[in-house]
Amino acid sequence: MTGTSRIDAAFARLQTEKRKALIPFITVGDPALAVTVPLMHEMVRAGVDVIELGVPFSDPMADGPVIQRASERAVKQGVGLRDVLACVAEFRQRNTTTPIVLMGYANPIERMGLDVFADAAVVAGVDGVLVVDYPPEESAALLAAMDSRGIATIYLLSPTSSPARIKLVSEAARGYVYYVSLKGVTGAGNIDTEEVGRKIAEIKTQIKIPVGVGFGIRDGMTAKLISNAADAVVIGSRIVQEIESAPPEKVVENVGKLVASFRFAMDA
Amino acid sequence: MNKRFEAYNYPDATGHFGQYGGTFVAETLQAALLELNLEYAKAQADPAFIAEFQRELKHYVGRPSPIYHAKRLSDELGGAQIYLKREDLNHTGAHKINNTIGQALLARRMGKPRVIAETGAGQHGVASATVAARYGLECVVYMGIDDVRRQAQNVYRMKLLGATVMPVESGSRTLKDALNEAMRDWVTNVESTFYIIGTVAGPHPYPMMVRDFNSVVGKECVVQMPEMIGRQPDAVLACVGGGSNAMGIFFDYIPHDTVRLIGCEAGGEGVETGKHSASLTAGTPGVLHGNRTYLLQDVNGQIIDTHSVSAGLDYPGVGPEHAWLKDSGRAEYVAVNDDEALAAFHRLCRTEGIIPALESSHAVAQAMKMAPAMSKDQVLLVNLSGRGDKDMATVAERSGLQFFCRPSCQAAAESR
Repeated sequence: MTGTSRIDAAFARLQTEKRKALIPFITVGDPALAVTVPLMHEMVRAGVDVIELGVPFSDPMADGPVIQRASERAVKQGVGLRDVLACVAEFRQRNTTTPIVLMGYANPIERMGLDVFADAAVVAGVDGVLVVDYPPEESAALLAAMDSRGIATIYLLSPTSSPARIKLVSEAARGYVYYVSLKGVTGAGNIDTEEVGRKIAEIKTQIKIPVGVGFGIRDGMTAKLISNAADAVVIGSRIVQEIESAPPEKVVENVGKLVASFRFAMDA
Repeated sequence: MNKRFEAYNYPDATGHFGQYGGTFVAETLQAALLELNLEYAKAQADPAFIAEFQRELKHYVGRPSPIYHAKRLSDELGGAQIYLKREDLNHTGAHKINNTIGQALLARRMGKPRVIAETGAGQHGVASATVAARYGLECVVYMGIDDVRRQAQNVYRMKLLGATVMPVESGSRTLKDALNEAMRDWVTNVESTFYIIGTVAGPHPYPMMVRDFNSVVGKECVVQMPEMIGRQPDAVLACVGGGSNAMGIFFDYIPHDTVRLIGCEAGGEGVETGKHSASLTAGTPGVLHGNRTYLLQDVNGQIIDTHSVSAGLDYPGVGPEHAWLKDSGRAEYVAVNDDEALAAFHRLCRTEGIIPALESSHAVAQAMKMAPAMSKDQVLLVNLSGRGDKDMATVAERSGLQFFCRPSCQAAAESR
């Protein structure tokens, strides 16, 4: 199983188990390229359902300081899209079930060339692609390239998305939709879980695939509250913060513990 | 007139100039851009808005700016006649004020009490702080921390005008990072805040809107040149960083196909050294800051550090309309090196008594290169987009003088 169907299978299994998906985000090459694949396996062991891998970019306009610094650490080491694909391929040697979604910005993909990237992503075992600065209006070519190869194109929705925009996204979105839970950048504070619940209900009148929520979920209790309304919870900055602050030899272990604590809270 | 350009009508309804431009931003900003699009269209159709904009340009900025025949310089060069469009005489000393007035009026019309801006050298920051003071708006200016140090005088000017200057420590700590940070502010405070972008880049409608507000420069020239010399010039020259002064003077000349349009990028220490900001000359298409355009980037698609003696041209991208004008062949783009721009700076000071901005000096330098090979009845019109008062410290330092000490060299002197 590959691509969109691997994502669909993961959500179908979760539904029968009456659980919600836990989706961690890490930036490839943070803190070092050699740590990325061990981190991925450890997070799977700790109970995650899908992994979002950040593609390092020099100008991560939609990210807050925590993920910006992760991207800077990776860029400084020369880590790019080719390394990201190599990590996925290495991960796939031992894991063929956990869906992998690449999250990043348009320019590294355009630089590689859309079709070159799409072919390489299939070979590596990528299941979904979320390009932050490719709204539906600008991503017809990406969507076609991904659809023809069975890879899911994942789109964002936000508190400011109008019904018309939700409809636009509903037509293009594959795999799952990523709802940005607050106005602002990744890692910002003060998520209003009730407000998120209302907006998700509105989104679900139009979107029939699973809806994940991310941006600003920092603790197990919030994750639990969000998971009552959403199909998936995305944890990014909180994990990246752990990577940043842990001693190098403890990074994998500490991230595993942190992820397990989110899992425990969500399943409670 | 060239049929191909006589009905020039870019961008299209979705904000594209051919394959360039567009709205490459996250979903979180789409609603704000849609609102801006609608409000801008309404404002453009509202005679009261247009009249107020024009009144402000006349009484506050001092428009129309004159065109000046640089006769001594032309005579020395012995070829084409060089004319200067004197945007340096505007209030705040550059063309930037044309656009900030337009956007501030729009902000006020949209009921946004707070404006934000990004700045490199500080000219757009000063122009934004100026109009914010003029219209009673709160103003926050994002500026790379390296630029804050290099441009201490402009930082102080902004503070005098009541603006808050936010130093940006991420990335390369220069203009592009200031733009990233301003976008992050906007997405967080989108209901109360209007983002005044300073150049013809960013997501649609910014490249179009900034061009429109600055196009007053070219509109005036199209009338002024025939009054002065009985015809249009043979070529129009302007410096290009993001490209707002160039689009401002080029736009109304696009249908005039006998007029060459020449954009002068910052060649820095030489395009072959890699230390430059010549995105159109040496870059490749990509996506940055909400639009598709020519970028200076590495093999992984990371944006690379740029260099120019003039902070205002030190930007790794360029407005998408310039990318289109280059590909279509309507405009030509050349790189002018630091030393050529500095030589032009000094020469204009001494032959004409005009101290140009280092940015504008790139266009003057290109005119000086071209003029000797042309005949005496040919005419080059240069957009003198700003004055050089802000560049005193940079030029003095380049000349080995230290009496305009920057905080950075003060610190160095103290540590000795």
